[in-house]
Amino acid sequence: MSYFLDRLMFFKYNREDFSNGHGVTSSENRKWEDAYRGRWAHDKIVRSTHGVNCTGSCSWKIYVKNGLITWETQQTDYPRTRPDLPNHEPRGCQRGASYSWYIYSANRLKYPMIRKRLLKLWRDAKAQYKDPVHAWASIQADEAKRREYQKVRGQGGFVRAEWEEVNELIAAANIYTIKKHGPDRIIGFSPIPAMSMISYAAGSRYLSLLGGVCMSFYDWYCDLPPSSPQTWGEQTDVPESADWYNAGFIMMWGSNVPQTRTPDAHFMTEVRYKGTQVVTVTPDYSEASKFGDIWLNPKQGTDAAMGMAMGHVILKEFHIDREVDYFDDYCRTYTDMPFLVMLEEKDGQYVPGRMVRASDFTDGMGQANNPDWKTVAIDENTGHVVVPNGSIGFRWGQEGRWNIAPTENIRLQKSFIKGCDAVAPVAFPYFGHIEHQYFNNSRHDAVQIRNVPVRKLKLKGGEVAVATVFDLLCANYGIDRGLGGGNVASSYDDDVPYTPAWQEKITGVPRDQVIRVARAFADNAEKTKGRSMIIIGAAMNHWYHMDMNYRACINMLVFCGCVGQSGGGWSHYVGQEKLRPQTGWAPLAFALDWARPPRQQNSTSFFYAHTDQWRYENLKPANLLAPYADKQRWKGNLIDCNIRAERMGWLPSAPQLQRNTLLIAGEAEAQAKDPVAYAVESLKNGSLRLSCEDPDHPDNWPRNMFVWRSNILGSSGKGHEYFLKHLLGTQNGVQGKDLGAEGAKDSTEVVWHDKAPEGKLDLLVTLDFRMSTTCLYSDVVLPTASWYEKNDLNTSDMHPFIHPLSQAIAPVWQSRTDWDIYKGLAKAFSAIVPGHLGVEKDLVLAPIQHDSPGELAQPLDVKDWKRGECEPVPGVTMPSMKVVERDYPNIYKRYTSLGPLMEKIGNGGKGIAWNTQHEVDFLKKLNGVRDGLAKIETDIDACEVVLSLAPETNGEVAVKSWEALEKITGREHAHLALPKEDEKIRFRDIQAQPRKIISSPTWSGIESEHVSYNAGYTNVHEYIPWRTLTGRQELYQDHQWMRDFGESMVVYKPPINTNTVMSMLTGRDNGHKPIALNFITPHQKWGIHSTYTDNLHMLTLSRGGPIVWISEVDAGKVGIKDNDWIEVFNTNGALVARAVVSQRVNEGMVLMYHAQEKIVNVPGSEITGARGGIHNSVTRATVKPTHMIGGYAQLAYGFNYYGTVGSNRDEFVVVRKMAKVDWMDGEAAE
Amino acid sequence: MTFDLDFFLFQILPYISLAVLFLGSIVRFDRDPYSWRSKSSQLLRKRQLMWGSVLFHVGILVILVGHAVGLLTPIQVFDALGVSHSFKQVLAMTAGGIAGVFCLAGLLLLLHRRLFDPRIRANSSFADIAVLVLLLAQLCLGLMTITVSMHHLDGHEMVKFMEWAQHVVTFRAGAAEFVRDVDVIFKLHLTLGMFIFIVFPFTRLVHIWSAPVFYLFRHQYQIVRRRES
Repeated sequence: MSYFLDRLMFFKYNREDFSNGHGVTSSENRKWEDAYRGRWAHDKIVRSTHGVNCTGSCSWKIYVKNGLITWETQQTDYPRTRPDLPNHEPRGCQRGASYSWYIYSANRLKYPMIRKRLLKLWRDAKAQYKDPVHAWASIQADEAKRREYQKVRGQGGFVRAEWEEVNELIAAANIYTIKKHGPDRIIGFSPIPAMSMISYAAGSRYLSLLGGVCMSFYDWYCDLPPSSPQTWGEQTDVPESADWYNAGFIMMWGSNVPQTRTPDAHFMTEVRYKGTQVVTVTPDYSEASKFGDIWLNPKQGTDAAMGMAMGHVILKEFHIDREVDYFDDYCRTYTDMPFLVMLEEKDGQYVPGRMVRASDFTDGMGQANNPDWKTVAIDENTGHVVVPNGSIGFRWGQEGRWNIAPTENIRLQKSFIKGCDAVAPVAFPYFGHIEHQYFNNSRHDAVQIRNVPVRKLKLKGGEVAVATVFDLLCANYGIDRGLGGGNVASSYDDDVPYTPAWQEKITGVPRDQVIRVARAFADNAEKTKGRSMIIIGAAMNHWYHMDMNYRACINMLVFCGCVGQSGGGWSHYVGQEKLRPQTGWAPLAFALDWARPPRQQNSTSFFYAHTDQWRYENLKPANLLAPYADKQRWKGNLIDCNIRAERMGWLPSAPQLQRNTLLIAGEAEAQAKDPVAYAVESLKNGSLRLSCEDPDHPDNWPRNMFVWRSNILGSSGKGHEYFLKHLLGTQNGVQGKDLGAEGAKDSTEVVWHDKAPEGKLDLLVTLDFRMSTTCLYSDVVLPTASWYEKNDLNTSDMHPFIHPLSQAIAPVWQSRTDWDIYKGLAKAFSAIVPGHLGVEKDLVLAPIQHDSPGELAQPLDVKDWKRGECEPVPGVTMPSMKVVERDYPNIYKRYTSLGPLMEKIGNGGKGIAWNTQHEVDFLKKLNGVRDGLAKIETDIDACEVVLSLAPETNGEVAVKSWEALEKITGREHAHLALPKEDEKIRFRDIQAQPRKIISSPTWSGIESEHVSYNAGYTNVHEYIPWRTLTGRQELYQDHQWMRDFGESMVVYKPPINTNTVMSMLTGRDNGHKPIALNFITPHQKWGIHSTYTDNLHMLTLSRGGPIVWISEVDAGKVGIKDNDWIEVFNTNGALVARAVVSQRVNEGMVLMYHAQEKIVNVPGSEITGARGGIHNSVTRATVKPTHMIGGYAQLAYGFNYYGTVGSNRDEFVVVRKMAKVDWMDGEAAE
Repeated sequence: MTFDLDFFLFQILPYISLAVLFLGSIVRFDRDPYSWRSKSSQLLRKRQLMWGSVLFHVGILVILVGHAVGLLTPIQVFDALGVSHSFKQVLAMTAGGIAGVFCLAGLLLLLHRRLFDPRIRANSSFADIAVLVLLLAQLCLGLMTITVSMHHLDGHEMVKFMEWAQHVVTFRAGAAEFVRDVDVIFKLHLTLGMFIFIVFPFTRLVHIWSAPVFYLFRHQYQIVRRRES
């Protein structure tokens, strides 16, 4: 009853000694012990996970007590693996374990918030106009009113609002925008669907139903390795982490496994006990370094040089001096090495050209179907030219021959070294001579002439010298094969590109270490048949020439037959997170059940144009070219290349046309013309223009933007200050000037406006559970349910399981799930749209898509219709066009039911299609029916749609999809799924326990009792072609643009000069010495990007605010001591942080972990006079023309598959100690 | 008997303060047991704590025991033992003075540490600082009474306080009459003392009740608590 009274026990003191008086028994009250018992008691445990941008995808137990989330612990009930393979659990790390702090923290968003100035304008307008759309129009029509709220974005001023009011405002803004500018002016950014698929799908479904634009993320993050589609026609298909345990040799190359793949790292540490050697490659002494038996530290950004030197050793010792049978067989069967490349004669020497096609022969080699797309090789047995099965020409228009199984009696010839017709001097481009103030170069010629064995073939156009890809590769790597001529090395000590001795000067890594590692790597692969693995992080992929870094590594793997073998291959784990039930999810997410195609945009090109970063670009395409490329073709700026790419149907466009896309069909009908033909004609005669040609024209601005599950302004937004200045029109720290008159003069395609627009967006809406940097800059902030308050699905490429996010408690305060938020918006939209929009016809432009017959659009060379080089033909020489019906009054009904196209057209993905009637019928029974359609009312309904339609979670669909593929390949594959035909995974199943997914042809690995998931496995073991030109792994990129930029084969290219520091080193003295350093932004320990960086637990473990790591040497040079406040700046902007002075960092660079929020402990900047800045304040995206290629087999566009990427690591910054730390905590002026 | 300020301060306030002290402590002990602690800051910083805390505690314990024995022991006992008032007065001044200096040195160290060590300061509540200030003020007043006492070394003033205290604790009327004419320093000292009693249950001072002295007298090493029947 009372602790106090209970202690008053003078009359029942009753103590007894025991053990000779050493102990005593007492009858004191023991109620206090309940506190300790109750401390860990709870009412229930719910399975959920953290839908954060991390590949972990860890299943967690969420504890609920008295209706509150109390804590979380790791789940330990994953399905077992098999004997001699460790289990996956426990998965999780310190970041996830701290998550529950967020739910009730002060930073939690509890109510809808709106910018006060906007709310006032809105209420005034509503008082004046009854119709909300007219009210919004009245605000937008008045530039002063528009600027009034735009210019205070990011400077506080939020007030609490009601859901109904903000929903009406957003819907009115959307309707106004669609009516006035077109639906493609409404864009939405949300990344990584795999982390919470339904939440992603909610927004993308709403946008797609409107005709709005879903923005890509993987390329924008620069985690997308363009080398992957270039080589394999697939984006980031990788081994699961358990497969590390099957490896015999692991290189951790730029991947900080213990720090950034924390839940998976155990497989790497465990396999070391089996004797597997680990080599770590990182420029700094990272956490991963200590796991390496050998640690190599090339200078940052020069990995390609080291990788090429290793390739040099492997080729020489395992392919040339001694031919390893396994490697040789593998390369003949699974790579393009035996295929023939034309050599073009230029100025008395040869230059490698495109691959020889069947159509180059007078008889077309007997190929009637797609002869332009069938590559050829020579049969070693007969010496005749053959057209091997499996090239991309066999994929479309015919059945049964798209496979790479070796044909009996035919052995493809890999090299002409024995019995060639001639030895020809061939020119190879060399870029290592380019000077850079902070990187070493070598003094070799820009053109390296090397002898290559060739054969002469009689083609349509006469006799042509051809070489195999293998022979070209050997020459490219500078290996002396006894053919005479210069620029080749017979010894590793020769200073010839790309020997171990040559790389020493560039990377700083001793040659003997390079030789030793390369030998060990290949030796293991030889003995184990390909069990050598490279675990690779995004670190190397964030350089402008990331393809070179990656292709250098990929080549090593391919030379050694590692790709597609258990325990081997390319393990790139960043930013994509395999969306395992992708084909079940895509219809829901992009409303493919109602209209196709959806509008999807590659974000890098979009933000490059619409945050006007292109206006500051000083890198010219002409400066990047290979020495023998035609410079006349490459006048202009990088954005001009992008415009050409959009025009030719390579890259997507958004906004699409300089006129409302809803008007085109009407205009055509008025003239009794077909809308598509009318649009083509108008584009050709110039009466209609593509928006991309004039991104600064108000008609072409994006107007409404949704951001959800993302913190684009606080995390991924490269060129942060340009976003603030041009897209948002608010306070910013841009220091440099744009190109001015120069821009107008040099541009060949883009329209230059002398005054750059500021404030393109009318409305920025962000959904989040915490007040992130992006929320601070938004006009409306909607509070979303966090990861323990909603039902959703989660998968990863690190493990083969699908598991849920579950609602442990109802969404707190007034927050709602993403599914319900967009559902509410759809309802508000449908309620007020009548009278403004009805059933409309929308002309949708889409780029030529990979994995569709369209990928065979532009076979031999590049032709631009606008320059009169060809006719504009939709889907062939320009974007495809389709009229899509939008039923605006029924957006809500469409949002909440599964549309009729699933039954009418069916489902599919990656070039495979199947009938899905049975699954739709099933969903009607499961979710209920309204108007004859299956309902999707709740988030669980939506989960069931995904799980039912996807082969990965529905065995019946898996069998159907394999059977569909069988028709194309002509081989039997269904055995991979037949044993699981009756398995159907439902939402409640995965709540009970994570479930292993079912093998499906969407992916190139399989789930089985014998092997772990490994990419390329079905290509190698089932002979399913890679989705590339030759159907094999493509080490030779023969597209015209690839050749022009000297990247048909891997080469070393030094980092580019971004020209952002020289002008900032002087003239802004604050009494402290400045130093220019390379700016590196790796993944951190105390957060997953910006998430958790405002979490008290993580702040406490770190330093409680933004930090930048600097070497002792550099810090000493400019008098910086540990924990000093420093400023980091260049022409892009400035950031402030505390210095961490550490031996870990090497001289010449600083590390700033990606991404630390602007909202915690960030003082003002001396340079900009505004608060702090974030890591992206000093970056600016620079696009690369080779990433714009499209309409060409594996180099055709796919959403988050190919396209420009936002590189950022070539950036330099000025670092100096701050003289005055100004916290700017005075009152803001309202 | 006049119902003036003195009456309130020395006849009524004692009961209010004692009631708050005891009832408040009991209620807090019962209702909020997790707050029953000394709030040691030793984990945050050891500097100055060792000297400050030991000096302060030694001093204050001697003073407290002195006050309790000196005030509450019935006068007849002293008489029976043959302890003269004058001797007792001088003893109180000497022992109290020495202990007071110890305590003062300790308190100053603790207060300095609490105010000027940024980490300690950041973790201090208002009450943590206020308690030290109150004790310091009370100690100074106590030391100042020594100078007053120099004028009446015969101990008759001290007897007044004994009478007052013993009247109060035995619930006899007229307690205030004994101290009505004492020096104002004494009155302030008494009043502040009672005020400290009032704030006592709301501060870390409650740890006094749980001073772990019992361990000193327990010879067993292990305690086994019986299951509740």
